[in-house]
Amino acid sequence: MPKDHGIGASSKRREDVRFLTGAGQYTDDINVQGQTYVHFIRSDVAHGRINGINTSAAEAMPGVIRIFTGADFEGIGGLPCGWQVTDRHGEPMKEPAHPVLAQGKVRHVGDPIAAVVAESYAKARDAAEAVEVDIEELPAAIDMKAALEGNAPKVHDDLADNLCYDWAFGSDAAEVDAAFSNAAHVTTLELVNQRLVANPMEPRVAVGDFSRATDESTLYTTSQNPHVIRLLMGAFVLGIPEHKLRVVAPDVGGGFGSKIFHYAEEAFCTFAARQINRPVKWTASRSEAFLSDAQGRDHVTKIELALDADNNFTALRTETYANMGAYLSTFAPSVPTWLHGTLMAGNYKTPLIHVNVKAVFTNTVPVDAYRGAGRPEATYQLERVIDKAARERGVDPIALRRQNFVTEFPYATPVAVEYDTGDYVATMDKLEEIADIAGFEARRKESEARGKLRGLGVNCYIEACGIAPSNLVGQLGARAGLYDAATVRVNATGTISVMVGAHSHGQGHETAFPQVVAEMLGIDESMIDIVHGDSSKIPFGMGTYGSRSIAVCGSAMVRATEKIIAKAKKIAAHLMEASEADIGIKDGQFTVAGTDKSVAWGDVTLAAYVPHNYPLEEIEPGLEETAFYDPSNFTYPAGAYACEVEVDPDTGKVTVERFAAADDFGNIINPMIVDGQVHGGIGQGIGQALMENCAYDENGQLISASYMDYAMPRADDVPFYTVDHSCQTPCTHNPLGVKGCGEAGAIGSPPAVINAVVDALQSAGHNVTHIDMPASPQRVWAAMQG
Amino acid sequence: MYAFDFEKPSTVADAVAALKAEEAQPLGGGQTLIPTLKQRLAMPSKLVSLTGIDEMKGVCVADDGAVCIGGATPHAVVAREAAKSYPALASLAANIGDPAVRNRGTIGGSLANNDPSACYPAAALGSGATIVTNAREIAADDYFQGMFATALDEGEIITEVRFPVPEKAAYMKFEQPASRFALTAVFVAKYADGVRVAVTGASEEGVFRWTEAEEALSSNFSPDAVAGLSVPADGMIGDLHGTPAYRAHLVGVMTKRAVAAAG
Ligand SMILES: Cc1cc2nc3c(=O)[nH]c(=O)nc-3n(C[C@H](O)[C@H](O)[C@H](O)COP(=O)(O)OP(=O)(O)OC[C@H]3O[C@@H](n4cnc5c(N)ncnc54)[C@H](O)[C@@H]3O)c2cc1C
Repeated sequence: MPKDHGIGASSKRREDVRFLTGAGQYTDDINVQGQTYVHFIRSDVAHGRINGINTSAAEAMPGVIRIFTGADFEGIGGLPCGWQVTDRHGEPMKEPAHPVLAQGKVRHVGDPIAAVVAESYAKARDAAEAVEVDIEELPAAIDMKAALEGNAPKVHDDLADNLCYDWAFGSDAAEVDAAFSNAAHVTTLELVNQRLVANPMEPRVAVGDFSRATDESTLYTTSQNPHVIRLLMGAFVLGIPEHKLRVVAPDVGGGFGSKIFHYAEEAFCTFAARQINRPVKWTASRSEAFLSDAQGRDHVTKIELALDADNNFTALRTETYANMGAYLSTFAPSVPTWLHGTLMAGNYKTPLIHVNVKAVFTNTVPVDAYRGAGRPEATYQLERVIDKAARERGVDPIALRRQNFVTEFPYATPVAVEYDTGDYVATMDKLEEIADIAGFEARRKESEARGKLRGLGVNCYIEACGIAPSNLVGQLGARAGLYDAATVRVNATGTISVMVGAHSHGQGHETAFPQVVAEMLGIDESMIDIVHGDSSKIPFGMGTYGSRSIAVCGSAMVRATEKIIAKAKKIAAHLMEASEADIGIKDGQFTVAGTDKSVAWGDVTLAAYVPHNYPLEEIEPGLEETAFYDPSNFTYPAGAYACEVEVDPDTGKVTVERFAAADDFGNIINPMIVDGQVHGGIGQGIGQALMENCAYDENGQLISASYMDYAMPRADDVPFYTVDHSCQTPCTHNPLGVKGCGEAGAIGSPPAVINAVVDALQSAGHNVTHIDMPASPQRVWAAMQG
Repeated sequence: MYAFDFEKPSTVADAVAALKAEEAQPLGGGQTLIPTLKQRLAMPSKLVSLTGIDEMKGVCVADDGAVCIGGATPHAVVAREAAKSYPALASLAANIGDPAVRNRGTIGGSLANNDPSACYPAAALGSGATIVTNAREIAADDYFQGMFATALDEGEIITEVRFPVPEKAAYMKFEQPASRFALTAVFVAKYADGVRVAVTGASEEGVFRWTEAEEALSSNFSPDAVAGLSVPADGMIGDLHGTPAYRAHLVGVMTKRAVAAAG
């Protein structure tokens, strides 16, 4: 019998009632008395020198309150970068200034130049058209490799070139080279992991407010981590002390990473509200989202895999160019390095691995973490090169993987991380079963009878979640701790509010987190609510990204609940005149071992707040505990995915016919929510593999700047998924044994799709060994033309 | 959006009069025009809505058998009401955009706009339709004059479109993955006096007739008849979603499929 409450139950997502009935409170729903509206004037060229900005005509227009330019931000901090990467020579990365409003130069289409604050959006836009911006267009650096050549235009004049860092990592390069010289076979693959737009359903919004009475600023913003924004903006940009700055991220309509970062518009609204002493609101249009939300991926990679005569992997070598865009977004430098290089071992015991990453500035929108962040890039190249190797060696791609699996845990990789636990054989076995790999040939024949080419693609993935041990990431360059925090506040009648540092922007925390506390206390989930997203209500936590919420913040919540139980037992012992050591808790009742005495949860909580009969000499009244939890390692979810596609040989159109995912997420709190997370991730992965393409032309204009050209997957572009997470090797180092599931689908699915497309084409005799994403109809058709 | 005046007349005559104002523009379903206004790419002084004019709405069959569609008839109504009288046209309408677009967007708006990737232009040209305006009747062959260009004069309103009903017809649309407009689509119609083949989405000149295929199909209405034919890539649209060569190839594929579907 599946459980109907507590850990392991598929409790329905309680937050969906308000989301689906229009009762959500998103940032754009927040309107503050006296509010003004800002419209940003953005660069329409990728690179240019600002020779002058004339605002005088615009300032005289009706409803205009004030027009800000870069000059208003002189002497004020720029947007900080939260991670410093050290290059292969021990030098820090290049870290150019990132002004709130452009200073002297514009560096990408969409770069904000000036901001018009007015009584309405329409008035702000009218006046913006009257602002004269004199920009001298400069040649732009767009292609990464070209940007590193000597004569390339420089994105930042104060830097020697466009190289942010040249990073090397892993095994000794000479040892790796030697292994390649001795290899029986080397498979080489060059590929592009294309740039993507995150496209959360809700565009970004910011409302800045200032109280002259208390000297307090409030920022309402579409963020995945309000405390991170408070820290970065308060300390580094605007110089507002924490106790005078409140950051609220209410309901947030999806983030996928793009709402982790601190953005110029947030700082602007907070700053301008203080300047004009009125609230300032900004709501991005979808077009602005395309030009100002940090974008994802954008790696160009050469990967080489060395095999011995028996097809054991002996070494792996990669060279990657990673696009940073025009400025360093908050966590951008960490993505192609520590979130990518450390995952290059994958599920395999390759003994020698060397990773090289060159991060490059270009005149494009900044790039940062997007669902998976570095791990999809690692998985894609590794699982593609293994597939290619299997073809070159004439062996079954599943067998080649199985042969090279890591099977003993803990396993220390050559790329610095230690997998605590896993069972890659079990997930592959499960995949073969649920994907009915054995039945594939029959399905292929059936497709061929209909004139379609059918392909099967299989891959594995591993990721590092539960970000992250603070001392470790500190050594790696993080400028923040990555613990999390929870406060469990038990009310007098026994209901509970849990204030968490994690932030839910669609993940279902409001349902899953209470399931854990309910399980621990044996009370009904409906008695528990979580509170999140407001720095004035919650403890200083680090927010949600990197599939960390239940693993890190959930662990903090467990620790706080354990403290609650310990204290409640003391109270119960007092009430029942028993020894504390004999007190148990079950189904919301405190019992005394060996007796039939019991006292209900509610009586204990009431005693804590009405301490008439209470051990006041031993413990304080009240029942509220906080815990901060810093993980001792990452968690390592892993799995195996299979995709079957059909290719229409006449048009090149690929349709995904079947998709199966066997994941090991350790223990599961809510299987239905986990299914949903995997479904969404696979949808995004299929989108990347077949459809999405954030493409710039050679002048730096974004060609796919709207949904007319940026192809998002829709319901009929994806199949019904077969998802299984019954293979469970619990995480060994967090109290729940959980690993995290938010990104797996997006990490594991792109290589399965592309492996399947290549398989389909090969089945018809096309000598296609690789096809870059997105495998759009025209690309597949062109590949078939040879 | 810039400010504009708004009128919603109930007769064609009143609409024509209202459109005499400087920079006035008709508004059909607004599915193209409203987004343009929101982006501040157009600045009409006045919008004259055509959706309140009953005489411009609905689907009927004329005495000569032609299917007549009022210029302000939404796609969804065509999909429903022409399903029996002209199934190929009805199914074309049923696959335009999404339900919101189909419930608001109109045939007149689509033909007036003449987007090079739109569906209706292929049906009108492929059926040899007559575009009826407040002032005259225009043969489809004379109406389409290149991307976004038509024979319409300033202030002229499409009041009706008359489609002679073919013996057999089908529309095959290869969707652009993002917009789901036609990356390349072909409308094939077989009449007693010959076959018409109209191609949309492919050419830089907008919708066009593929006369070579028409001739081949007129003597042998089967997919094989066009198997050896191709259109040159020259002059085809090249963009993120398809090179000129790819579009030229799709013209052949979609034509064959349309013939096969027409049966
Ligand atoms: C999301 C989306 C998807 C779409 N997908 C498709 C698709 O797959 N295939 C496709 O073909 N189209 C598609 N369209 C376009 C849609 O069919 C529009 O409805 C159509 O192009 C314009 O019709 P409208 O009535 O909305 O015209 P409007 O937007 O109101 O007007 C368009 C132009 O025509 C003029 N006009 C309007 N009516 C008349 C008239 N009766 N006489 C003279 N001039 C007139 C207007 O002044 C304006 O210049 C899509 C649109 C959207 C928003």
